[in-house]
Amino acid sequence: MPVNPELQGRVFPPVPSYLVGREKVREFSRAVFATNPINVDPEAARAAGYADVVGPPTFAVVLQEATLAQLLAEPDAGIDFSRVVHGDQRFSYSRPIVAGDELTATLTVASVKSLGGHSMVTAESNVVDQTGAHVVTATSTLVVRGDE
Amino acid sequence: MSALPVLDDLTVGDVVARADFTLTRDSLVRYAGASGDFNSIHYRDDVAVSVGLPGVLAHGMLTMGLAAQPVVDWVGDPGRVVDYQVRFTRPVLVDAESGAVVSVSGKVGQLDAEGQTARIDLTVTFGGETVLGKAQLRVSLAP
Repeated sequence: MPVNPELQGRVFPPVPSYLVGREKVREFSRAVFATNPINVDPEAARAAGYADVVGPPTFAVVLQEATLAQLLAEPDAGIDFSRVVHGDQRFSYSRPIVAGDELTATLTVASVKSLGGHSMVTAESNVVDQTGAHVVTATSTLVVRGDE
Repeated sequence: MSALPVLDDLTVGDVVARADFTLTRDSLVRYAGASGDFNSIHYRDDVAVSVGLPGVLAHGMLTMGLAAQPVVDWVGDPGRVVDYQVRFTRPVLVDAESGAVVSVSGKVGQLDAEGQTARIDLTVTFGGETVLGKAQLRVSLAP
Protein backbone atom coordinates (compact mmCIF):
# COMPACT_ATOMS: atom_id res chain seq x y z
CA MET A 1 0.00 0.00 0.00
CA PRO A 2 1.47 3.39 -0.93
CA VAL A 3 1.60 6.29 1.51
CA ASN A 4 -1.70 8.15 1.49
CA PRO A 5 -1.11 11.50 -0.29
CA GLU A 6 -4.01 13.00 1.65
CA LEU A 7 -1.80 12.95 4.74
CA GLN A 8 -0.18 16.13 3.49
CA GLY A 9 -1.24 19.04 5.67
CA ARG A 10 -2.75 16.85 8.38
CA VAL A 11 -2.31 18.18 11.91
CA PHE A 12 -2.41 15.63 14.72
CA PRO A 13 -3.70 16.28 18.25
CA PRO A 14 -0.93 17.41 20.65
CA VAL A 15 0.71 14.52 22.50
CA PRO A 16 0.54 14.56 26.33
CA SER A 17 2.94 17.11 27.81
CA TYR A 18 6.49 16.05 28.67
CA LEU A 19 8.27 17.21 31.81
CA VAL A 20 12.01 17.46 31.11
CA GLY A 21 13.86 15.82 34.00
CA ARG A 22 17.41 16.67 35.05
CA GLU A 23 18.44 13.03 35.16
CA LYS A 24 16.93 12.41 31.70
CA VAL A 25 19.02 15.26 30.30
CA ARG A 26 22.11 13.79 31.96
CA GLU A 27 21.31 10.28 30.72
CA PHE A 28 20.77 11.53 27.16
CA SER A 29 23.90 13.68 27.32
CA ARG A 30 26.00 10.71 28.34
CA ALA A 31 24.49 8.63 25.52
CA VAL A 32 25.52 11.18 22.85
CA PHE A 33 28.99 11.76 24.35
CA ALA A 34 28.07 15.26 25.53
CA THR A 35 30.53 16.23 28.20
CA ASN A 36 29.93 19.97 28.38
CA PRO A 37 29.29 20.88 32.04
CA ILE A 38 26.15 22.85 31.04
CA ASN A 39 24.62 19.53 29.91
CA VAL A 40 25.27 17.69 33.15
CA ASP A 41 26.09 20.02 36.06
CA PRO A 42 23.27 22.24 37.40
CA GLU A 43 25.79 24.63 38.99
CA ALA A 44 27.60 25.12 35.68
CA ALA A 45 24.27 25.59 33.91
CA ARG A 46 23.17 28.23 36.42
CA ALA A 47 26.52 30.01 36.11
CA ALA A 48 25.87 30.21 32.35
CA GLY A 49 22.44 31.74 32.93
CA TYR A 50 20.17 28.69 32.67
CA ALA A 51 17.70 27.51 35.30
CA ASP A 52 19.04 23.95 35.14
CA VAL A 53 20.95 21.56 32.86
CA VAL A 54 20.49 22.09 29.09
CA GLY A 55 19.63 19.33 26.64
CA PRO A 56 22.10 18.53 23.83
CA PRO A 57 21.08 19.80 20.36
CA THR A 58 19.36 16.52 19.47
CA PHE A 59 17.50 16.11 22.79
CA ALA A 60 14.23 17.14 21.12
CA VAL A 61 14.15 13.71 19.47
CA VAL A 62 12.80 12.43 22.80
CA LEU A 63 9.78 14.73 22.36
CA GLN A 64 9.46 13.92 18.68
CA GLU A 65 9.30 10.18 19.28
CA ALA A 66 5.69 10.19 20.52
CA THR A 67 4.52 12.34 17.62
CA LEU A 68 6.07 10.06 15.01
CA ALA A 69 4.42 7.10 16.75
CA GLN A 70 1.07 8.85 16.12
CA LEU A 71 1.88 9.14 12.43
CA LEU A 72 2.94 5.50 12.07
CA ALA A 73 -0.19 4.34 13.90
CA GLU A 74 -2.58 6.44 11.80
CA PRO A 75 -4.94 3.87 10.24
CA ASP A 76 -5.15 5.47 6.79
CA ALA A 77 -1.49 6.58 6.55
CA GLY A 78 -0.28 3.50 4.71
CA ILE A 79 3.16 3.72 6.32
CA ASP A 80 4.73 0.28 6.84
CA PHE A 81 7.29 0.83 9.60
CA SER A 82 9.47 -2.03 8.36
CA ARG A 83 9.98 -0.08 5.12
CA VAL A 84 10.81 3.26 6.73
CA VAL A 85 14.31 4.72 6.48
CA HIS A 86 15.20 7.97 8.24
CA GLY A 87 16.31 10.34 5.46
CA ASP A 88 16.83 13.78 6.95
CA GLN A 89 16.57 15.38 10.35
CA ARG A 90 16.54 18.96 11.49
CA PHE A 91 16.09 20.84 14.77
CA SER A 92 15.35 24.57 14.75
CA TYR A 93 15.42 26.13 18.21
CA SER A 94 13.90 29.36 19.50
CA ARG A 95 15.55 28.59 22.82
CA PRO A 96 17.32 25.59 24.36
CA ILE A 97 15.49 22.84 26.25
CA VAL A 98 16.21 23.11 29.97
CA ALA A 99 15.38 20.63 32.76
CA GLY A 100 12.09 21.67 34.36
CA ASP A 101 10.46 22.62 31.06
CA GLU A 102 7.02 21.19 30.49
CA LEU A 103 6.77 20.75 26.73
CA THR A 104 3.98 19.85 24.34
CA ALA A 105 4.58 18.58 20.80
CA THR A 106 2.20 18.74 17.87
CA LEU A 107 2.81 16.93 14.61
CA THR A 108 2.03 18.30 11.16
CA VAL A 109 2.64 16.37 7.96
CA ALA A 110 4.37 19.05 5.91
CA SER A 111 4.58 17.07 2.69
CA VAL A 112 4.12 13.68 1.04
CA LYS A 113 6.04 13.15 -2.18
CA SER A 114 6.58 10.23 -4.51
CA LEU A 115 10.02 9.61 -5.91
CA GLY A 116 10.87 6.63 -8.07
CA GLY A 117 8.46 4.23 -6.37
CA HIS A 118 9.35 5.47 -2.90
CA SER A 119 7.43 7.95 -0.77
CA MET A 120 9.00 10.76 1.18
CA VAL A 121 7.05 11.99 4.17
CA THR A 122 8.19 15.16 5.89
CA ALA A 123 6.86 15.42 9.44
CA GLU A 124 7.24 18.55 11.57
CA SER A 125 6.90 18.31 15.33
CA ASN A 126 6.32 21.72 16.81
CA VAL A 127 7.31 21.94 20.49
CA VAL A 128 6.03 24.67 22.80
CA ASP A 129 6.56 25.31 26.51
CA GLN A 130 4.04 25.74 29.33
CA THR A 131 3.42 29.36 28.29
CA GLY A 132 2.72 28.33 24.69
CA ALA A 133 5.98 29.85 23.43
CA HIS A 134 7.85 28.02 20.67
CA VAL A 135 10.91 26.08 21.81
CA VAL A 136 11.92 23.87 18.88
CA THR A 137 10.66 22.41 15.65
CA ALA A 138 11.92 18.91 14.90
CA THR A 139 11.57 17.94 11.25
CA SER A 140 12.06 14.40 9.96
CA THR A 141 11.93 13.19 6.42
CA LEU A 142 11.03 9.52 6.31
CA VAL A 143 11.66 7.53 3.18
CA VAL A 144 9.11 4.75 2.78
CA ARG A 145 10.39 2.16 0.32
CA GLY A 146 7.87 1.01 -2.26
CA ASP A 147 7.01 -2.60 -3.11
CA GLU A 148 9.85 -4.39 -4.85
CA MET B 1 35.15 26.08 29.83
CA SER B 2 36.40 27.67 26.63
CA ALA B 3 35.81 31.34 25.87
CA LEU B 4 33.12 32.24 23.35
CA PRO B 5 34.63 32.45 19.84
CA VAL B 6 34.55 35.93 18.32
CA LEU B 7 32.74 36.12 14.99
CA ASP B 8 35.06 38.75 13.55
CA ASP B 9 38.05 36.49 14.16
CA LEU B 10 36.60 33.70 12.01
CA THR B 11 37.04 33.04 8.30
CA VAL B 12 34.99 30.75 6.09
CA GLY B 13 36.94 27.49 5.80
CA ASP B 14 38.49 27.61 9.28
CA VAL B 15 38.47 24.17 10.90
CA VAL B 16 37.13 24.81 14.40
CA ALA B 17 36.34 21.34 15.71
CA ARG B 18 37.66 17.83 15.33
CA ALA B 19 37.14 14.64 17.33
CA ASP B 20 36.95 10.86 17.03
CA PHE B 21 34.34 8.78 18.82
CA THR B 22 34.52 5.04 19.42
CA LEU B 23 31.12 3.39 19.36
CA THR B 24 30.61 -0.05 20.83
CA ARG B 25 27.50 -2.19 21.12
CA ASP B 26 27.25 -0.85 24.67
CA SER B 27 27.00 2.68 23.24
CA LEU B 28 24.04 1.60 21.12
CA VAL B 29 22.20 0.01 24.04
CA ARG B 30 22.84 3.12 26.12
CA TYR B 31 21.48 5.35 23.33
CA ALA B 32 18.44 3.10 22.84
CA GLY B 33 17.54 3.52 26.50
CA ALA B 34 18.21 7.25 26.62
CA SER B 35 16.32 8.06 23.43
CA GLY B 36 13.53 5.49 23.55
CA ASP B 37 14.45 4.10 20.12
CA PHE B 38 14.43 0.35 20.72
CA ASN B 39 14.51 -0.77 17.10
CA SER B 40 16.35 -4.08 17.47
CA ILE B 41 18.48 -3.62 14.34
CA HIS B 42 20.60 -1.50 16.67
CA TYR B 43 21.49 -4.35 19.03
CA ARG B 44 20.59 -7.73 17.48
CA ASP B 45 22.65 -9.20 14.64
CA ASP B 46 19.99 -11.77 13.77
CA VAL B 47 17.31 -9.11 13.30
CA ALA B 48 19.67 -6.83 11.34
CA VAL B 49 20.59 -9.67 8.99
CA SER B 50 16.96 -10.77 8.58
CA VAL B 51 16.05 -7.34 7.13
CA GLY B 52 18.97 -7.42 4.71
CA LEU B 53 21.53 -5.37 6.63
CA PRO B 54 25.15 -6.45 6.88
CA GLY B 55 24.98 -6.23 10.68
CA VAL B 56 24.04 -4.06 13.65
CA LEU B 57 23.97 -0.36 12.82
CA ALA B 58 24.33 2.70 15.03
CA HIS B 59 21.16 4.80 15.34
CA GLY B 60 21.41 7.63 12.82
CA MET B 61 20.31 9.93 15.61
CA LEU B 62 23.23 8.76 17.77
CA THR B 63 25.66 9.71 15.00
CA MET B 64 23.88 13.04 14.61
CA GLY B 65 23.97 13.59 18.37
CA LEU B 66 27.65 12.92 18.87
CA ALA B 67 28.68 14.82 15.74
CA ALA B 68 27.42 18.06 17.31
CA GLN B 69 29.58 17.70 20.39
CA PRO B 70 32.95 18.98 19.09
CA VAL B 71 31.16 22.14 17.94
CA VAL B 72 29.38 22.50 21.28
CA ASP B 73 32.75 22.22 23.00
CA TRP B 74 34.23 24.84 20.68
CA VAL B 75 31.41 27.30 21.30
CA GLY B 76 31.35 26.38 25.01
CA ASP B 77 27.57 26.22 25.49
CA PRO B 78 25.05 23.68 24.09
CA GLY B 79 22.35 26.35 24.27
CA ARG B 80 24.04 28.30 21.49
CA VAL B 81 23.14 25.75 18.81
CA VAL B 82 20.08 27.29 17.16
CA ASP B 83 19.72 25.00 14.17
CA TYR B 84 21.10 21.59 13.31
CA GLN B 85 20.36 19.48 10.26
CA VAL B 86 21.75 16.34 8.65
CA ARG B 87 21.00 13.87 5.89
CA PHE B 88 21.64 10.22 6.67
CA THR B 89 23.60 8.91 3.70
CA ARG B 90 25.44 5.78 4.91
CA PRO B 91 25.05 3.48 7.89
CA VAL B 92 27.65 3.06 10.63
CA LEU B 93 28.21 -0.67 11.16
CA VAL B 94 29.21 -1.43 14.72
CA ASP B 95 31.24 -4.61 15.06
CA ALA B 96 30.50 -6.62 18.22
CA GLU B 97 34.17 -6.85 19.14
CA SER B 98 35.96 -3.90 17.60
CA GLY B 99 33.12 -1.35 17.54
CA ALA B 100 33.30 1.57 15.11
CA VAL B 101 35.25 4.81 15.03
CA VAL B 102 33.34 7.86 13.80
CA SER B 103 35.44 10.92 12.92
CA VAL B 104 34.01 14.42 13.01
CA SER B 105 35.43 17.68 11.78
CA GLY B 106 33.71 21.02 11.57
CA LYS B 107 34.64 24.06 9.52
CA VAL B 108 33.12 27.48 9.17
CA GLY B 109 30.68 27.41 6.25
CA GLN B 110 29.09 30.84 6.50
CA LEU B 111 29.22 33.89 8.77
CA ASP B 112 26.27 36.17 9.46
CA ALA B 113 27.57 39.34 11.10
CA GLU B 114 24.10 40.89 11.39
CA GLY B 115 22.51 37.87 13.04
CA GLN B 116 25.72 37.09 14.99
CA THR B 117 25.64 33.47 13.90
CA ALA B 118 28.09 31.10 12.26
CA ARG B 119 27.20 28.07 10.19
CA ILE B 120 29.51 25.16 10.88
CA ASP B 121 29.63 22.44 8.25
CA LEU B 122 30.44 18.98 9.53
CA THR B 123 32.29 16.17 7.83
CA VAL B 124 31.43 12.90 9.54
CA THR B 125 33.15 9.73 8.39
CA PHE B 126 33.28 6.05 9.24
CA GLY B 127 35.77 3.74 7.53
CA GLY B 128 36.91 6.60 5.29
CA GLU B 129 33.43 7.33 3.90
CA THR B 130 31.07 10.14 4.82
CA VAL B 131 27.97 8.99 6.69
CA LEU B 132 26.12 12.31 7.01
CA GLY B 133 25.37 14.69 4.17
CA LYS B 134 24.56 18.39 4.41
CA ALA B 135 25.41 18.29 8.10
CA GLN B 136 25.21 21.88 9.30
CA LEU B 137 24.92 23.57 12.67
CA ARG B 138 24.12 27.20 13.16
CA VAL B 139 25.50 28.63 16.38
CA SER B 140 24.84 31.97 18.01
CA LEU B 141 28.01 33.93 18.77
CA ALA B 142 26.19 36.98 20.15
CA PRO B 143 28.28 38.34 23.05
